[in-house]
Amino acid sequence: MTIEDAATEGGGEATVNSPVVELAALDELWFQVSGTLCNLECTHCFISCSPHNDSYGYLSLEQVEEQLVESVRWGVKEYYFTGGEPFLNREIVSILCRALDFGPVTVLTNGTVLKREWLQQLQQKERAVDYSLEFRVSIDGPTSEMNDPVRGPRTFERAMQGVALLVEYGFLPIITMTRIWDESREEEILSSFQQLLRDHGCDRPRIKILPRLKIGAEVCRTEGYGEYDRVTPEMMKDFDVSQLICSHSRVVTDRGVAVCPILLDSPDSLMGDSIEQSNRAFSLKHGACYTCYQYGSICTNPSSKRVE
Amino acid sequence: MRIAFFGGVYNNYLALQAAIEDARRRDTQGMYCLGDLGAFGPYPDRVCEMIREHEIDCVQGNYDHSIGNDLQDCQCGYTDPRDNYFAQISYEYTYENTNDDHKRWMRKLDKEIRFERYGARFLLCHGSPRKTNEFLWESTTSTHFLNKLAEDFQADLILGTHTGVHWHRELQGGRRFVNVGVLGRPENDGRSNVWYAIVDVKEAIGGAAATPLFQVEFVPVQYDYQRLAGEMRAEKLPEEFVQTTLTGWWTTCLEVLPAKERRRGKY
Repeated sequence: MTIEDAATEGGGEATVNSPVVELAALDELWFQVSGTLCNLECTHCFISCSPHNDSYGYLSLEQVEEQLVESVRWGVKEYYFTGGEPFLNREIVSILCRALDFGPVTVLTNGTVLKREWLQQLQQKERAVDYSLEFRVSIDGPTSEMNDPVRGPRTFERAMQGVALLVEYGFLPIITMTRIWDESREEEILSSFQQLLRDHGCDRPRIKILPRLKIGAEVCRTEGYGEYDRVTPEMMKDFDVSQLICSHSRVVTDRGVAVCPILLDSPDSLMGDSIEQSNRAFSLKHGACYTCYQYGSICTNPSSKRVE
Repeated sequence: MRIAFFGGVYNNYLALQAAIEDARRRDTQGMYCLGDLGAFGPYPDRVCEMIREHEIDCVQGNYDHSIGNDLQDCQCGYTDPRDNYFAQISYEYTYENTNDDHKRWMRKLDKEIRFERYGARFLLCHGSPRKTNEFLWESTTSTHFLNKLAEDFQADLILGTHTGVHWHRELQGGRRFVNVGVLGRPENDGRSNVWYAIVDVKEAIGGAAATPLFQVEFVPVQYDYQRLAGEMRAEKLPEEFVQTTLTGWWTTCLEVLPAKERRRGKY
């Protein structure tokens, strides 16, 4: 594959001279708990999740539990659950409850399939342990006009219903928006979403903004990474490597342990069958590595974000 | 042996004075400060003078590192623009009102202090032993993570501050992690008092090989917060900070709170 091909596909690799990053500490263990299966088909999804994309499949409670036990000796600080849509996994409530026995849990959801009985069980569990259960709900803007063209018809309305349900059960969802707008509009969009959340009974609005990742479906919606959108060895000078999640995270999938939740479509992202095997350096040769470098630890929650 | 540990002071010299007097009354045999002397409150030099006058050994917090090295911001680690806006106001106020001698002194403070009592290895840091501005919240820090820190850093007792909320956890083999809280502002619980911690360490029965016994006590400190609020207003510090001092509810720096800690507050 040439660099030009790679840029066209958006997930390309620089062939020479990419810096490598060691796993300094396994602080966050991610679980690709519903693989690439999702009830939605967002046009900016960096791993092109859909109802039919089963390139990664569901994880069972047993598979998750095995890795939770293993994670203890690695000193994992927090657990993240993502997909696809995690709540399509029939065992998700048991999985999240079990994980809360081990540590803090964050689940990334589109908010459209949440059920009362699930939230009730999760509320009870969270109250019984020391750890937080965080819900990150993906909504791409404070209006259906902004959100629905990307996430699908009526998804804004359905996700906001999910937010209201979470609030009803005492959770404080973190709305996660991908920046699909011009940065000059950011302040206006943020404040109008905060107001909207207050109007929906969410008196402590929490919003996280993610940069666009120009891989997966996003390549067709806009464009892929350019030839020079790469991290170079020179850029690593005086750079705080802990800003990159590959220095402190790994992802458990049904096909092995991957380097980060973003690069799952890249063959080199799968680092082995176990956490132990994934404990090796990773080469920052992807365009998405450049975005991670620019914005820093884009996948973690604000409470755990590393700042230089 | 009882030892007192003070967390972030944030220019609150009135609370520091009350805590020092309180610790003396409780018969402590040592006082330490875990850094972040500046921010939030009025008259930064007063805290520095008090810490130095009482010869309280002090860890360098991110704030002290910034002020001491003439940096542009406090390195507190906030992620929200509003939080950073308010953090910058207090940083610039503190920087302008800290004299050069105190700045030089802050620059030389160590990032960690270690000592042993009855064979127990104490490690004093600001945020975490591995990073000065790392937030270790109770609800987002697993026990096995803390076990690994204690092992990696060869400590029986790790003490930190930085988050603004006190908590502690017992670890494997009788080890402990203690977030000592802060003297600088109340804990987002609707009360005006602030907190510090006393660790009572005793020699274990059974000789040198036995694990020493710790007892951790968190001490609420009452102080003249009305006076502090008046002085903050006189120094034209943001009314949002003044309200926190008066009401005990945080009005800023909320975005970095995890769900459980955020739910306990009013905002």
